[in-house]
Amino acid sequence: MRFAEAWRVALDALRANRLRSGLTMLGVVIGVAAVVVLVAIGTGAKQEVESQVQGLGSNLLLVVPGKVSFGNAPTVSPMTMTDVDTVARIAGGRDRLTATLSSGETVRAGVNSKFTSVLGVLETTPTVFTRALAQGTYVSRSDVDTGRRVAVLGYGVAQKLFGDRDPVGLQMDVAGVRFRVVGVFAKLGQSLGVDRDDEVHIPITAAQRLLGTARVDALAIKAADATRLDLLSAQVTGELTHRHPGTEFSAVTQDQILGVLGKVLGVLTGVLAAIAGVSLLVGGVGVSNIMLVSVRERTREIGLRKAVGARTRDVTVQFLIEAVLLTTIGGITGLALGIGAAYLVAALSPVPAAITWWAITLAFGVSAAVGIIFGVVPAQRAGRLDPVIALRTE
Amino acid sequence: MSQAPAVEAVDVTREYQLGGVAVPALRGVSVTIRPGDYAAVLGPSGSGKSTLMHLLGGLDRPTSGTLRIAGRDVRELSATELAGLRNRTIGFVFQSFHLLARTSAVDNVALPLVYAGVRAGERRRRAEELLDRVGLGHRLRHRPGQLSGGEQQRVAIARALVTGPSLLLADEPTGNLDSATGAEVLGLLEQLNRESGVAVVVVTHDRDVAARASRQIRMRDGLVVA
Repeated sequence: MRFAEAWRVALDALRANRLRSGLTMLGVVIGVAAVVVLVAIGTGAKQEVESQVQGLGSNLLLVVPGKVSFGNAPTVSPMTMTDVDTVARIAGGRDRLTATLSSGETVRAGVNSKFTSVLGVLETTPTVFTRALAQGTYVSRSDVDTGRRVAVLGYGVAQKLFGDRDPVGLQMDVAGVRFRVVGVFAKLGQSLGVDRDDEVHIPITAAQRLLGTARVDALAIKAADATRLDLLSAQVTGELTHRHPGTEFSAVTQDQILGVLGKVLGVLTGVLAAIAGVSLLVGGVGVSNIMLVSVRERTREIGLRKAVGARTRDVTVQFLIEAVLLTTIGGITGLALGIGAAYLVAALSPVPAAITWWAITLAFGVSAAVGIIFGVVPAQRAGRLDPVIALRTE
Repeated sequence: MSQAPAVEAVDVTREYQLGGVAVPALRGVSVTIRPGDYAAVLGPSGSGKSTLMHLLGGLDRPTSGTLRIAGRDVRELSATELAGLRNRTIGFVFQSFHLLARTSAVDNVALPLVYAGVRAGERRRRAEELLDRVGLGHRLRHRPGQLSGGEQQRVAIARALVTGPSLLLADEPTGNLDSATGAEVLGLLEQLNRESGVAVVVVTHDRDVAARASRQIRMRDGLVVA
């Protein structure tokens, strides 16, 4: 029998039992859709994190006291502004470095108030981390040197406190202390459920006075080039440990952060895909079951086909194609459904979704493979039927 | 009688295994069917006539003895070769027609040509020609459910003849038909036998049906008795 003929026969058989074919496909449809959606979400989250870490700027070294690892409580920093000056010399100038002191505080303008993240910063922050302003200016060197009470608002904070008004030059309160708005950041939007426009930058010296401390929480260094990162890392942590005996310091690069996050998200994606894969497997078992029923139901047809000259192989191929058609049509439907669902998730929730070619190829390939694997046994059973017995079956 | 036999069985036996016990269905049967023969295999149920038909048609193999279909010893044929031989040289007509229910008359008739590797256009042409010959030229697109019993059996006869076989095996071809329709179907088989020289073997337990054949093979308890 010609191959094209076998496809036509298989398609006819599926069409003759529309409801049953549809229900059988449903298992595969759901399985493939689940794989596509979950892998899309996992991949999307990974890409989002990567682009954010890379979007911070290039050749960055983040220095914090204590060990950087998940699950460790943060260490209270012993660093002060003199450490900042020392590290600036090692890094090759003050414009290569920024320092932060962060706290959660309530900010207020008139009747509007908001609890937000207040960050004490150096004037170099926008050059070390890539950050653009929508209005006004950033904190200046003299603001930092004199501890001037000026603030740069995240887009979300500006909206909340001032609405559509231009806030530059207006007054606001940070933890009950009067500050003057000098600038507003460009809108960043949400990522992974975190509102990145929800922060206020003030000079680190003003932050220290506000919080009644002399500490500096963390340093970020922008190296001249990537090759110097390791050396710089060793020099900075060595110097800081020397100045603060008993405290450990960690310096991490973007690559290290990416590595850790990537690994976590990769495992997460894998686990999600595996769970979805199980449902695809269950769908495959359903296909196998229905094909066995179909072979039994059509025993007489198989006997007749053999009597008029069908070879064992012809019958086996016919039923195998039927199984593969069931799963690939189910696979394509599931794929379409999965892609649609992934876009819906991306549009309606902060979770990003990315459709990748490998996920599509994988889902389609797996569904075809499921058809072959779970179709083989019923197809062989059909092919091996003894025509004499098959014709006698009522 | 100088022509080579269409099918020849020499001292053929066939045993079935039932729960580990060998049950003989044929106990040494010799039958020769020549081109143009019109024979009836007559016997009560359980006499082995269906088993004989399955063997003559190459659907089954003998336990012992020699069976030659179109001059070829079936012992030397693989399952695939036997399927090809069935396709080219044997046509089957069954008591219950065995038509594909969701398939039109013309596609039912063309089915053996699918396995012969004939192209779709040619298949259709030959199937239509045969349906015309059995008097169903006006029923090409009808499905079995839309045809009467006699018409369905005519479709089955057309299907049996579409590959141009030398032997047509009919197992109780009138068993599911009323006597008038049955007589028509037998008349058609006889006409085809006369006109195209295809050997016809009718398996039946009906003496009237058997009496119309030019030769009777009577069976009892797995043996040919006359």
